[in-house]
Amino acid sequence: MSIRILAVDDSPTMRGLIGAALTPSGFDVRFAEDGIDGLERLPEADPDLVITDINMPRLDGFGVIEGVRSDPTYGSLPVLVLTTESGEELKTRARKAGATGWIVKPFDDARLVSVINRVLGV
Amino acid sequence: MSGLDELRISFFQECEDLLDSLGEGLRAMSDLAAAGNVDDDIETVHAVFRAVHSIKGGAGAFGLDDLVTFAHLFETVLDEMRGGKVGITVDAMHVLLRAGDMLSDLVACARDGVTPDCERMGQLLAELDALVDGAGGGIDDAPFEFVPTIVSVEAIETIDIVEVAPETGLGASNYSIRFAPKGELYGTGNEPLALFRALQQLGDLTVQADVESVPLLSDFDPSEPRLRWTLTLATEATREEIEAVFEFVADVAELGIEALPDPGKRPDGGDTPQDRTHADAAPLRDKAQPFSGDPPPAADIDETHATEATSEPAADEPQAGLPEPARSAGPGSPSATPSSAAAPATIRVNLDRVDRLINLIGELVIMEAMLSQAIESAGLASDSDVSNGLDGIKQLASGIQESVMAIRAQPLKPVFQRMHRIIREAADATGKQVRLVTVGETTEVDKTVIERLVDPLTHMIRNSVDHGLEDAAGRAASGKPETGTITLSAAHRSGRVIIEVSDDGAGINRERVRRIAEDKGLVAPGTALTAGEIDNLLFTPGFSSKDEVSALSGRGVGLDVVRREIQALGGRVTIQSAAGEGTTFTIALPLTLAVLEGMLVEFGGEMMVLPLSAILETLRPSSATIHAIGRTGRVVANRGELIPIIDLADAFGVAEPGEPEERDVLLLVECEAGRRAALAVDVIHDQRQVVIKSLEENYGVIPGISAATILGDGRIALIVDPEEIIASAGLDTATPQLAANE
Amino acid sequence: MLQNSAHDAPGRREVVSFKVAEQDFCIDIGVVREIRGWTPTTVLPHAQDYVKGVVNLRGSVVAVVDLSARLGFGPTVPEARHIIIIVMIGDQTIGLLADVVSDILTIDDTSMRQVPDIASEIARDFISSVVTFEDGHMLRKIDLSRVLPELGAELA
Repeated sequence: MSIRILAVDDSPTMRGLIGAALTPSGFDVRFAEDGIDGLERLPEADPDLVITDINMPRLDGFGVIEGVRSDPTYGSLPVLVLTTESGEELKTRARKAGATGWIVKPFDDARLVSVINRVLGV
Repeated sequence: MSGLDELRISFFQECEDLLDSLGEGLRAMSDLAAAGNVDDDIETVHAVFRAVHSIKGGAGAFGLDDLVTFAHLFETVLDEMRGGKVGITVDAMHVLLRAGDMLSDLVACARDGVTPDCERMGQLLAELDALVDGAGGGIDDAPFEFVPTIVSVEAIETIDIVEVAPETGLGASNYSIRFAPKGELYGTGNEPLALFRALQQLGDLTVQADVESVPLLSDFDPSEPRLRWTLTLATEATREEIEAVFEFVADVAELGIEALPDPGKRPDGGDTPQDRTHADAAPLRDKAQPFSGDPPPAADIDETHATEATSEPAADEPQAGLPEPARSAGPGSPSATPSSAAAPATIRVNLDRVDRLINLIGELVIMEAMLSQAIESAGLASDSDVSNGLDGIKQLASGIQESVMAIRAQPLKPVFQRMHRIIREAADATGKQVRLVTVGETTEVDKTVIERLVDPLTHMIRNSVDHGLEDAAGRAASGKPETGTITLSAAHRSGRVIIEVSDDGAGINRERVRRIAEDKGLVAPGTALTAGEIDNLLFTPGFSSKDEVSALSGRGVGLDVVRREIQALGGRVTIQSAAGEGTTFTIALPLTLAVLEGMLVEFGGEMMVLPLSAILETLRPSSATIHAIGRTGRVVANRGELIPIIDLADAFGVAEPGEPEERDVLLLVECEAGRRAALAVDVIHDQRQVVIKSLEENYGVIPGISAATILGDGRIALIVDPEEIIASAGLDTATPQLAANE
Repeated sequence: MLQNSAHDAPGRREVVSFKVAEQDFCIDIGVVREIRGWTPTTVLPHAQDYVKGVVNLRGSVVAVVDLSARLGFGPTVPEARHIIIIVMIGDQTIGLLADVVSDILTIDDTSMRQVPDIASEIARDFISSVVTFEDGHMLRKIDLSRVLPELGAELA
């Protein structure tokens, strides 16, 4: 069974890029279009890992992390923050919210795959 | 096409949407800034920020450096604005609006592979920078690099490749790694086991759990993990690579990495008390099979409280590879309420596919009409099953036709939004203060029509700013507010789309227009002209109401071109003007280019279709109201006006020889210039919707004919272009050159 | 050009032969899309006299050239026995009005002859070469690019 990733990003381009980076490596990538959508899709996507953008309409990435962490089923799911911001402040905020790690856009496909593998220990 | 190319295309499509919402948001901010209550709508600032941010994100992925550079600074300003550090003032918004235009240009340049206007970009970057500096913030305390070809450092520094090939020639080194997670680690989804496996990828790993500090169960505090590990790694990897594995846990664990002096030697357990742990010193790799995915390393530790210490916080953690039913499917998402209703789902479809569908529907409509005729000529009763079935098909066909047309229909909004920029630029160029008001931008029109409206509308808007509006002093003198208003409105009216461009300027100076037209030989001096006829001179080729070519609406393009472009869309432009009150241009357009509401007429044995939009009324005059003028000319008296009669059979040269009687079924039509004519035919059949078929594709242009259509019996009928008929009949005395040019 | 573009076996080509005014003509089979019976055309105003009008070809408007008129034999008075050969030239679809189709023939390039320099006939302008057969009858190969220039260059 392939590893399932839920990618939450409001930009279709970024979703496409994430898909293009991960699918060839055998990941099963599901997508959500904003934070609310992401949390709603959790049960259906039933992912092994969540990748989320930070700046999104309706509910931002911090909200996604907090939502995942407060979920009884998915509370300890690894959540990677994918964002163009690389500032320490943002990392601190993401970490406080419970982010597992971060990947800064633009990302390198191999890097994304390796970070996910590392976080999942595969 | 590669997947990346497709993504690139989708990125630029996305950019269009983002730029639209950016423009909209910036205008909203601008309005609020002018009204002085920006704080009312911080969500708009967020939305604008997100738009710029998303463009930057995608641009970075495709290496569009100019775009990244510009978007980055733009975004920084917006971020400071939403943080309250930079004020959302009218002046600041002026910069941002222009920055929005620049961003839009940069997207277009990146898409088309064109070099952007670096000077303008540098200028705007400086202005944006000044906004941030003005707030005392400064960006990273360093002036931003203005050379657009240089990638934002931030954008590239992040591509740190982990998969550096192990340096060859260096033998394996042994590292001792102490790893002691803090409580927070378990709240971040990080998992020691995963980290160990990642280390294992780098070389031979030995894991030793140090449970010395693990308390007895009674003293156990789950929030304070006591489990620590000592790991020994024999690897060719560098220390940096090892550190990279712990990248995400550096702040939530104590970590110590030490190079062991004796590389060749395999570590074997060390001095950790063996009696407290069952986790032996065997290389983890050997265990990789049995616990692939399932029990965390702690499970190997036969120490109850230790097991709990590690697994407790992650009690329900789903593991990769765990069978589906093992997980409860409780949604449990937090009750965050959507701040706005979700937009209806959309897909992007290649226009060719829609057009193919439209063509097929056209065929269907024709086939259905042919079938209908066949049934009729077979003499079947109108209530027969076949007839009823056909009626059903007819209804379905027209339903499908409408739905497909609706696919092509798009709101005018994007075009209208582009006009804001045109206004800004026109205002800057003329030094006038102008405000654009748009009304009815949700009005839907065929996509092709929308695309082809951009140029004529742009020109009309520029024309209104340049020639329609007075300057501030002039306006003040006539008691008007200094800022002129141009209103762009759209509405559906009786099966057409009506678009109006109106200004609240001085109105057309008819004396001046007449003088210019006379000077340029467009009208004979002293010709009697109505106000409407004078206004229509503006549409005459060769007319330009400014003596010198204006920097703005000059460029050799006149309103005649606008009129031609609108006519090519099957529409018409008219003009109304009131002295001191302003001028309004009205464009009337068909809803779609694919079908036409027409009247089927017959003359000289030919069936042709006249566009309903051109027909004012049909006349069946008594012979007393028709008068001969000269040998062949005829006019009809209608409501006190003498209207020339054009015999269509003569005009098209299809009159049957030896046909004596004169056709007296008249269709009163009006052309753009306001000229009227009565077109004479033998019979008016009926009014119907016809599918427009191109003649030019396989044949060419026929004077007086705009296109063709297919009738119910499968035969082709030509569609008459009344405008050209009137022009070529030489009736257009006010604008004789029109006839010559066409 | 057009009739040399056939990519069949070197030296051999397939042609569609037909009669116009009792003479045998042919065109390369490669440009022929279909052959259909005569249906009444819709007259095009201001068209050249050899343009019979337009017909509906499955939803497309296709102009029909009266080959007899074009080749100088005088206008055809079409009847049911006449045919319209639909040809595709570049992006344009054109119908050629002719008498009955005789055959589809394979001919040798070697049997192609230059048009004898005899007549001052109009028809000669539109014939690229002739093919003679042992039984003595002769096929005139039509140069489509010449039959159609007024459509392509002047009006399109």
